[in-house]
Amino acid sequence: MSAATIVSLPDQSTARIPKMNFLSKENGLLSWLLTGDHKRIATLYLISITFFFFIGGSLAGLIRLELLTPQTSLMAADTYNKVFTMHGVIMVFLFLVPSVPATIGNFVIPMMVGAKDLALPKVNLLSWYLYVVAGIMVVYSMAAGGVDTGWTFTSPLSTHYLNTHVISTGLAIFVAGFSSIFTGLNFIVTIHKMRCPGMTWFRLPLFVWSNYAASILMVLGTPVLAITLVLVVLERTLHIGVFDPAYGGDPILFQHLFWFYSHPAVYIMILPGMGVISEVVSTFSRKRVFGYTAVAFSSVAIAVFGFFVWAHHMFIMGISNYAALVFSLLTMLVAVPSAIKIFNWAFTLYKGSITFETPMLYAFGFMGLFTIGGMTGVFLGSTGTDIHLTETYFIVAHFHFVMVGGMLMAFLSGIHFWWPKWTGRMYPEKISQFAAVVTFIGFNFTFFPQFILGTLGMPRRYAAYPPEFQALNVFSTAGATILGIGYLLPILYLTWSLKYGAIAGSNPWQATGLEWQTQSPPLTENFPETPIMDHEAYDYDWLEHQEQKEVASVG
Amino acid sequence: MSDSTAISNSAAAEAHQEHPAYQRHHFESVDQQFDATNFAMWLFLLTEVMFFGGLFTAYLIMRNWYYPAFVEASHQLNIGWGTANTAVLILSSFTMAMGVWSAEMRKKGMLLLFLSLTFILGLAFLGIKTIEYHEKWEKHHVPGLHWSDASFLNPASDPEVYKEYHDPPLAADMAGKTEMYFFLYFAMTGMHALHMIIGISILGFMLVRARAGAYTTGHVTYVENFGLYWHFVDIIWIFLFPLLYLISRY
Repeated sequence: MSAATIVSLPDQSTARIPKMNFLSKENGLLSWLLTGDHKRIATLYLISITFFFFIGGSLAGLIRLELLTPQTSLMAADTYNKVFTMHGVIMVFLFLVPSVPATIGNFVIPMMVGAKDLALPKVNLLSWYLYVVAGIMVVYSMAAGGVDTGWTFTSPLSTHYLNTHVISTGLAIFVAGFSSIFTGLNFIVTIHKMRCPGMTWFRLPLFVWSNYAASILMVLGTPVLAITLVLVVLERTLHIGVFDPAYGGDPILFQHLFWFYSHPAVYIMILPGMGVISEVVSTFSRKRVFGYTAVAFSSVAIAVFGFFVWAHHMFIMGISNYAALVFSLLTMLVAVPSAIKIFNWAFTLYKGSITFETPMLYAFGFMGLFTIGGMTGVFLGSTGTDIHLTETYFIVAHFHFVMVGGMLMAFLSGIHFWWPKWTGRMYPEKISQFAAVVTFIGFNFTFFPQFILGTLGMPRRYAAYPPEFQALNVFSTAGATILGIGYLLPILYLTWSLKYGAIAGSNPWQATGLEWQTQSPPLTENFPETPIMDHEAYDYDWLEHQEQKEVASVG
Repeated sequence: MSDSTAISNSAAAEAHQEHPAYQRHHFESVDQQFDATNFAMWLFLLTEVMFFGGLFTAYLIMRNWYYPAFVEASHQLNIGWGTANTAVLILSSFTMAMGVWSAEMRKKGMLLLFLSLTFILGLAFLGIKTIEYHEKWEKHHVPGLHWSDASFLNPASDPEVYKEYHDPPLAADMAGKTEMYFFLYFAMTGMHALHMIIGISILGFMLVRARAGAYTTGHVTYVENFGLYWHFVDIIWIFLFPLLYLISRY
């Protein structure tokens, strides 16, 4: 073990994966399909969202390939519309929203609060089945001919003008919404009612706080999207409704209802990722997160403010000037808690003993890219610049910096961080560090040129563009290729590590969370006995003390 | 932590401590189980509030826009049936509350009686709703499927309603907007009725289980949480009734 790492693995010649663990407890397909164990459901989720990530990712590849040339060379404009719509629908509703909460959150939250399981295991399983049903419906819509409304289902485009599979896709998202509601509901109940003795609110790991905040958004926002989609479906079938101006409806009403969910939804996507970063930054700089309380409350503040900024998606859609003014101001306010987080992570690093394991590399990627994504969000929140930049590639670059540069980095960071806990084995460190760097480089190549394209005025959602934009688009497509490799690598080496990875032991990172104080992979009941939390979160002195005690008792 | 087999053996032993059969393994105590599931039900009802909230928002905006159409269309609703249904639902909430009480008191016979009454009252509500929907169908007031705005272009053609309200004829474009009212009427009452149907189905399931004595052993969580759902559906109607039926009466 060199000085540049904190990894402490058990002696590989004698170490074994514990015979009894949640993976080995029962065998057979049914034991998985009927399981109530949050760790198994998290595993099911992980497999399913990875599947959809690769469908969505392939569609992204097609988009970039089409945009390599100014003409519509690879596919017709109609097909292109379908491809970017399906990319958006799959990535938003089937990957980003459930990504961290339903996989990592599902896996570690009960352990972090010291519980045996989520409060409602059957509801948790139901949530996965709803996800699968939604996924099948989306795949069906895609196979049957696709949908080309954009992931926003803008009315009257979606209700009047198009004849693609809006109904089946809309219902799929309705179902996916309930999957998300049940996950959020389960988390809130678990965090309120299932904490172990001594686990006060301010001893919770920050990952729990950020998922709690995201869950509030899921529970309060998603039903509004659900009813909006029901109204869209009714409008399409009955040819009367409240959105289409031809029937006397109000398309702005659709926008309000849709963004009332879909803006908070971006915080549903990013907040759990921020939680991952808090855990990782603390662990790999061996310090308590700077300003724990501020970081905890900034998550809640983001959730609360997040509900009052939705109209910034509508600055050019005919809302009143006063509304635009107020929503612009509120949008700026969201930047405050986000900045609190970034600054506090930076201060956590300050004078920390930093090591550069893969999760930390991804976390650094997150911090840089999220900061750029967030700052450009402030540009877009100012009404003046928004009118110039909206509906251009600047928007595309902005939300990909936040969602891909932010959330996907955080997701990969979290997957690497908890992989030893999940499987009992380490991933190969060198190649994964390489993959993290490749992802970062590929990402910047892909999306940074899009900021420039946007300011130059290249509109989004078109298959063709003026030839003077080609150079930057070639850059972007080349970057996407690198990015694709960056995402393919983890799939390969993580699968490899399932069999050949080094045995991790219970706490390879010397991290303080309760989930690290039990065996890897954990027991079905998580802990041999109900843990008692007798120290603050991120208390590395406590951990050291524990180890000394353990050595003493073995000796 | 190296010897995890020993740890897991002791865990397996401890997992089977004595506790009531209805306590699920992952809860520390019955109290915790009740607290958690009850809290979950309240949260679920919160999502339902937001779900119906979207419909109410749409209704209020459209009513504001097309006020004359919404007033005249509202006059088409039968206040008698609406009031009867409100009474039926409030009564069913009472019988449901009594059902919860009987379960807590471990009175199996009374529990069965009150659950059956709630079941019957729920069906009665749906029955009355069917009569009302049928009336709308006969009058061509079903938007999208069976629609005509004749009763609003020429209110005198509908003597029964005309006698009571003396509504003036609406201009053609405003008369067309009454279809929006009925769209929202069917969407809102339909969504409410769907919740009733789900509730009645669960009630049927509970009746079977209650006969087997499932809820009179001191474990009333299921009945209590269902009661919350039932009251919630009732409350939705308490908002729908004045907004759809009463608001344009005078």
